[in-house]
Amino acid sequence: MSIWEYANPKKFIATAQRVLPWVATGAAVALIMGLIWGFFFTPDDYKQGSTVKIIFLHVPAAMMAINAWVMMLVTSLVWLVRRHHVSALAARAAAPVGMTFTLIALATGAFWGQPMWGTWWEWDPRLTSFLILFLFYLGYVALWEAVENPDTAADLTAVLCMVGSVFAVLSRYAVKFWNQGLHQDSTILKVGEKDPLDPAYYWPLAVCIAGFILLFVALVLLRTITEIRLRRLAVIEARERLGS
Amino acid sequence: MIALLLRDLRLAMRAGGGFGLGLAFFLLVAVLVPLGVGPEGGVLARIAPGILWVGALLACLLSLDRLFALDHEDGSLDLLATAPIPLEGVVAIKALAHWLVTGLPLTLAAPLLGVLLHLPDSGQVWLVASLAVGTPALSSIGAFGAALTVGLKRGGLLLSLLVLPLYVPTLIFGAEIIKRGAAGMAVEVPLLLLAGITLGAAAALPFASALALRINLR
Repeated sequence: MSIWEYANPKKFIATAQRVLPWVATGAAVALIMGLIWGFFFTPDDYKQGSTVKIIFLHVPAAMMAINAWVMMLVTSLVWLVRRHHVSALAARAAAPVGMTFTLIALATGAFWGQPMWGTWWEWDPRLTSFLILFLFYLGYVALWEAVENPDTAADLTAVLCMVGSVFAVLSRYAVKFWNQGLHQDSTILKVGEKDPLDPAYYWPLAVCIAGFILLFVALVLLRTITEIRLRRLAVIEARERLGS
Repeated sequence: MIALLLRDLRLAMRAGGGFGLGLAFFLLVAVLVPLGVGPEGGVLARIAPGILWVGALLACLLSLDRLFALDHEDGSLDLLATAPIPLEGVVAIKALAHWLVTGLPLTLAAPLLGVLLHLPDSGQVWLVASLAVGTPALSSIGAFGAALTVGLKRGGLLLSLLVLPLYVPTLIFGAEIIKRGAAGMAVEVPLLLLAGITLGAAAALPFASALALRINLR
């Protein structure tokens, strides 16, 4: 029993379909619970008022936006090295999800920034790098759509993903160099240090993060299954056309 | 390889090769921006580094889609791929040729446009230096983008979507050098970082570009 067994699309679909309802239910439960807990049962911040509660959407979305790219990087690498189609299709499936999470993080950040910083948008390093990340997602998805041959598309996007990762990291630090930050540092991992996140927010936030992770897994599984089926459909259609 | 370089240069110089087109575009950007922004010298001097770098970037981008596409159409790219020189070398040479016909003229013409945009004299030398150090990176990165999109019929728009995000670090450091130089601050740090990007891109990206070309020629 090894993870490579799931390179077999049939096996992957069978397992994914067994797991999918549980993951989806888990995501729904965690998100509903976390968001209701976060929005209605946490106190207002003494400085930020109720706007602090946007953290329950903003932080998990931002985390998953980056993690989705890392997942694409890993699956692209697996595709290039071991030529497992499921892996390439999983990368393709994850891209729009990651792109949407990037958008959610940018939008919720803007909604929070308007009352708090007095501006919808600021050319702050974190914000700028996220916008650049969004552009990288856009290019990646566009390349997938543009290339007709599926194997060529998978190869080219995998190469793009790898080169893009290097430049995304470079951009992150270049942008830091270019402008000083307005965005506050992350407080989640600061437990035990000075200025930690208040425990009243910590647990609902943790639930929300778990919900976003499960949501991401569920969406990627579902979309990968769809991609595999679309691939099969294309083969069947091609065969029909040859036969007729 | 030298023969290939000379061939590319000759093709670029001949009519329809696009030599000078990028330069003209660069000039147009520098003329149009003051028309749009207004003629105040102070404002222009402040935005000049950014405008000149963005202009150089777009001028570079303009000629990228012909880098491999023409050779791909008439089949000479297949010949080059099967030639006894490594494809990585071909890519590097083509990027070099692209730099010689776009990046180098841009660098040489930049001081003139700097004057048009009221760039302070202290910034002029850094304008040339930053373009000289940075534009080779634009060509190598652009060659990667061109290699990715070579098989596509209308790859030009996609090419800019893929390449422009990759240009971000180069642009930031390049414009920063001029800005600091014009203000009389130390420029070593961004200059070294920009040189690092150029050298890294020139050393590593031909491999990625050659890989993309091989996939597209399969």
